[in-house]
Amino acid sequence: MKEVKIKINNLSVYFNYIQALNDVSIELYANRVTSIIGPSGCGKTSLLRTINRMNDLMHGFRLTGEVLIDGVNIYEPEIDVVNLRKLVGMIFQKSNLFPKSVYENLAFAPMLHGIKDKKEIEEIVERTAIQAGVWNEIKDRLNENALNFSAGQQQRICIARALTVEPDILLMDEPATALDPVSTARIEELIFELKRKYTIVVVTHNMQQAARISDYTAFFYLGHLVEYDKTTRIFTNPANKQTEDYVTGRFG
Amino acid sequence: MNVKEEEFISQYSAAVSKKKLIKEKLIKYFFMINSLAAIFLILSIFIFLLYESYRAFEQIGIGEFIGKEISTPGGTAKTIYQWYPTSEEPRYSIISLLVGSLLTALPATLISALFGIAVGIYLSEIASSRSREILKPVIEIFAGIPTVVIGFIMLAIGATVFNDLFHPPNRLNAFLASIGLSIICIPIVASLTEEALRSVPNELRMASYSLGANKWQTIKNVILPAAISGLSAAIILGFGRAVGETMIVLMASGNAAELTFNIFRSMRSMTATIAAEMGEVSFESNHYYALFVIGMVLFVSTFILNLIAELILNKMRKKLRS
Ligand SMILES: Nc1ncnc2c1ncn2[C@@H]1O[C@H](COP(=O)(O)OP(=O)(O)OP(=O)(O)O)[C@@H](O)[C@H]1O
Ligand SMILES: [Mg+2]
Repeated sequence: MKEVKIKINNLSVYFNYIQALNDVSIELYANRVTSIIGPSGCGKTSLLRTINRMNDLMHGFRLTGEVLIDGVNIYEPEIDVVNLRKLVGMIFQKSNLFPKSVYENLAFAPMLHGIKDKKEIEEIVERTAIQAGVWNEIKDRLNENALNFSAGQQQRICIARALTVEPDILLMDEPATALDPVSTARIEELIFELKRKYTIVVVTHNMQQAARISDYTAFFYLGHLVEYDKTTRIFTNPANKQTEDYVTGRFG
Repeated sequence: MNVKEEEFISQYSAAVSKKKLIKEKLIKYFFMINSLAAIFLILSIFIFLLYESYRAFEQIGIGEFIGKEISTPGGTAKTIYQWYPTSEEPRYSIISLLVGSLLTALPATLISALFGIAVGIYLSEIASSRSREILKPVIEIFAGIPTVVIGFIMLAIGATVFNDLFHPPNRLNAFLASIGLSIICIPIVASLTEEALRSVPNELRMASYSLGANKWQTIKNVILPAAISGLSAAIILGFGRAVGETMIVLMASGNAAELTFNIFRSMRSMTATIAAEMGEVSFESNHYYALFVIGMVLFVSTFILNLIAELILNKMRKKLRS
């Protein structure tokens, strides 16, 4: 049984006079991994940032259409962006841990959102680090500066940090592009684990990765959603010629 | 391609690269010589100050520069801290001047830190690019006002207004001078703060917002802590400027060579003393050498302040880059 978590209707996104997304409609399913693929500049990041309203921070941002999460349009005026961002976590291409201790990084959001009890925060730190598969590496080094850890570890700490707000949805923008193959494999395993609890949307430039980790794949080109289907189908028998050319590496 | 052609090309390209190499080398040497000259100049100033101060210590004695012990009519000894090199019994205590300098520089630093950091935060994090473009040159103009003009304004207008409002014990006083100093220190702290905040990678702001923080929480919990070393450097450099500033203090502080800890009293700074007395002192007199001791104290302390700020900034840049 698959349940629609995010429903996007006729979404167009503009930055000043540049149109980044053009009339996109798509349904993303709960407890599934959806890959967003497409050549550079086709609007993948813009799509992700529309889902947690990070685009609101961009200069000249404007949109038409609807983005519904659990049936609620998140661009309605009464929506609290803070609550939305607690529902939708985000992982960036390069780990962006704060230059503070690991503990402070993981305690940042819980403290921000009003949790004062130290025990409770410690529990959150441990639980999210275990979920992100990084607990064993950090448990004895919680007070060490987070930037001392390896790139792969840092990215998993970022994932743990995103989990501290207890989101339903995880948006990952090329989460493994900056990592070595071993670290990449760990992130991929992690994504596979996490989909049991979360709805995951991953932007990736790596076709093999998309094929390995995702249940569904959406191919974008020049702001248009060209094709969206089960990953197996996109990679074996796509309906669209452009999609086929892209996934087989003939252009991109 | 025949052999001749190849030869020609290889010769030609060798000539070009040789010419280029010489040019690059010349440029390199030009800058190296310049920086060596700068270092040499600073070093010779320091040696000169050191030598002249040595003469002062030799002729007057180091103790005199702290304070003078005199016996009171009651028979007990008492140390006085005064700078009166021209009196019959000359007094050379730098302590009163040092306290004077701090009495103007510290409040000025406090005021500049408060306002300068606020302005820096506004410029870096809040202002639209339009208002930043307007505000930045305005602030730079403030930093560029000739200090004698600021001193004059404090003396003529500031003192009158302040006097009518608060009736301080002295019309010209340390507080007035520190307000004047703030006018030049706020822009310094503001632009250094802006620079420090802008060097905080945008990814950190994104991380904070994506975790549900709002703008103020992001500034307070992420950006300021990440830039803390830059901010401390800004404050230290502002302090250095306040300690080194001469005209404003000379004109607005009342120039009394008495030791005082009261900010509303007249006092005198190290810089103002040198500026006021160097022109009149007779060459190679004790007084003349004593002024060099003040100069050395100033030189060393501002040098150390700048050095600390530079070290902190270096460390911060390294930390944010990793
Ligand atoms: N903040 C912004 N301001 C102006 N234009 C933007 C902004 N963000 C994105 N764009 C433009 O929108 C279009 C889509 O950009 P987007 O970043 O979504 O592409 P992408 O698919 O993520 O590319 P990449 O694979 O290189 O990350 C591009 O033309 C880009 O220049
Ligand atoms: Mg992108």
